[in-house]
Amino acid sequence: MITRSVGPNRRRNDMIWNMVAWVVLLMLALPAFWIIITAFRPNIEINTFPPVWIPRRLTLEAYANMFGLNPDVQQRVAVEAYLRNSLLASGLSTVIAVSLGTLAGYAFARFRFRFHTTLFLGIMLSRAVPGVALSLPLFLLFNRVGLTNNVLGLAFVYVAVNIPFTAWLMDGFFRQIPTELTESAYIDGCGHWSAFWRIELPLSLPGLATAAIFAFLAAWNEFQIVSVLARNNAAKTFPPGLFAFTEQFTVDWRGMAAMSVIMMVPAVIFVILVQRNLVSGLTFGAVKG
Amino acid sequence: MVANSNSPLGKGAAARLVEVSRIEAGFFPFALILPAVILILLVVGFPLLYSLYVSFTPYELLKPNSLNFTVARALRNYQKLLNDDIFWRSLLNTIVFLAVTVNLSYVLSMALSQLLARVTVGQSVLRTLLMVPMMFAPILVGMQFRWFFNANVGLVNNFLISVGLIQEQGQIAWLVDVPLGMITIIIASIWMNIPVMTIILLAGTLSLPTETFEAAEVDGASGWQKFRFITFPLLAPFSYIALTIMSLDIARAFDIVRIMTDGGPARRTEMLWTYITRLAIEDTKFGLGSAMSWITVFLSVLFTLYFFRQLVKARIVR
Repeated sequence: MITRSVGPNRRRNDMIWNMVAWVVLLMLALPAFWIIITAFRPNIEINTFPPVWIPRRLTLEAYANMFGLNPDVQQRVAVEAYLRNSLLASGLSTVIAVSLGTLAGYAFARFRFRFHTTLFLGIMLSRAVPGVALSLPLFLLFNRVGLTNNVLGLAFVYVAVNIPFTAWLMDGFFRQIPTELTESAYIDGCGHWSAFWRIELPLSLPGLATAAIFAFLAAWNEFQIVSVLARNNAAKTFPPGLFAFTEQFTVDWRGMAAMSVIMMVPAVIFVILVQRNLVSGLTFGAVKG
Repeated sequence: MVANSNSPLGKGAAARLVEVSRIEAGFFPFALILPAVILILLVVGFPLLYSLYVSFTPYELLKPNSLNFTVARALRNYQKLLNDDIFWRSLLNTIVFLAVTVNLSYVLSMALSQLLARVTVGQSVLRTLLMVPMMFAPILVGMQFRWFFNANVGLVNNFLISVGLIQEQGQIAWLVDVPLGMITIIIASIWMNIPVMTIILLAGTLSLPTETFEAAEVDGASGWQKFRFITFPLLAPFSYIALTIMSLDIARAFDIVRIMTDGGPARRTEMLWTYITRLAIEDTKFGLGSAMSWITVFLSVLFTLYFFRQLVKARIVR
């Protein structure tokens, strides 16, 4: 009642809140726009002083250079190799990690068993191990079995790295499906497996998509492990590729921006696709059960 | 159901986690979990044990014979680290970095989530804008801020010159000076952490029961009082989820440091993660590097365990 009596005041406050929110979020997103614009600008606009804030001309030069369409550019970046390796390692590891993580997540969400919490926590804690710490022994071990500089070896590592978070997300999604549904499936003669496969898995597909996207992006963006395990272009993915770019003698900011844009494409598509599911997947752990 | 008393969460917490409505199914759940556990043991468990072994040897990659264990020299690497000033410096830097980044990310995300909860115009566009930093790989975040804070061609200095705050000759060496180097790294990390945290806290805020707030309004509570005594305590489980997820990913900050300053100049921004890389990969001292790895593993696990415990305590009972 108190709030109703100050109607016009409240409306003015709302307007201020809205404006503040818009300004803050535009500032948060600004750096990304800057990277994208830079990728399509002529180099002369980027390295001049005073700076040119608003581009006067857009060009695809950076991409022509990158893909070898410009005969003047001798030394180029192995984008094709990075792209192939990134897609292979991320794609392969996502399929396997999501399959195994979903099974584990289902078990944690639906069943009562000994060591429930211990196992769940153990799996989650394996994810807390910093990539740097893991990369050293993996390098030594992979060296012995010839798995360094190998995309499949890399994908194998990413499977294990991605399982915990997939299991955590899927645990949350499965818990949103009422237990009664499973129980009635049992009464109708379903076994544990067919109840999972025929009833609950189809219901959790939106969650599965979210988990898959998280796994894909985690592998796509991973830097610490791949930079130790991949020493040449046979297994290097985009992140170490971008890093190699910055270590060159003359820093080509536009070239890096152009590569960054390619690197961001899957993330942009995915983030827009899963916006809604993302929220419920991340927050379901807040509810006990 | 008897709660497992060996649970690292303690008896009470474990008992609260186990819910009555779960189904008893014999070995079936173990069969579901087994493949995941085997893979994790193969790729994380075994290598970590191996690295523990290596950390007790003086192993250097270029000296294959140095990978042998003797009881007398087992703790040599750890002793070396304890007497190494750079180690202590990188540990201190890491702790300062973590403390500032985690706290500031949380406070800013909380503020942003409260702001977004009040927005009435363009909610969905704003949420998409909020997710923009999520589209960046950590290495990309680092590259981007390294460029923005570059002394000569960086956006930040150019902007400051344009608005007349600094002179053209007085460009600020953001990535070089103390404590600016650390501050720029922290800014980059916070930028990366904000979206996920804010999304979780916003979802939590929107799920809170409105009756409580109406009652408080009738009692004449101010906006701050409502936040302090209603929103904030009710958001506890969401806060801990956000912090748990963040603690799992905290070592991603390595990517940022590596590309922005690589611990330099003169080790001013050296952190545990970059120092490991320097020792093991660049100097090929795998024994020493492994010893340090174990210290970071210990830190990360402790961190995650703490937040997860808090999460379990704060979970909403439905």
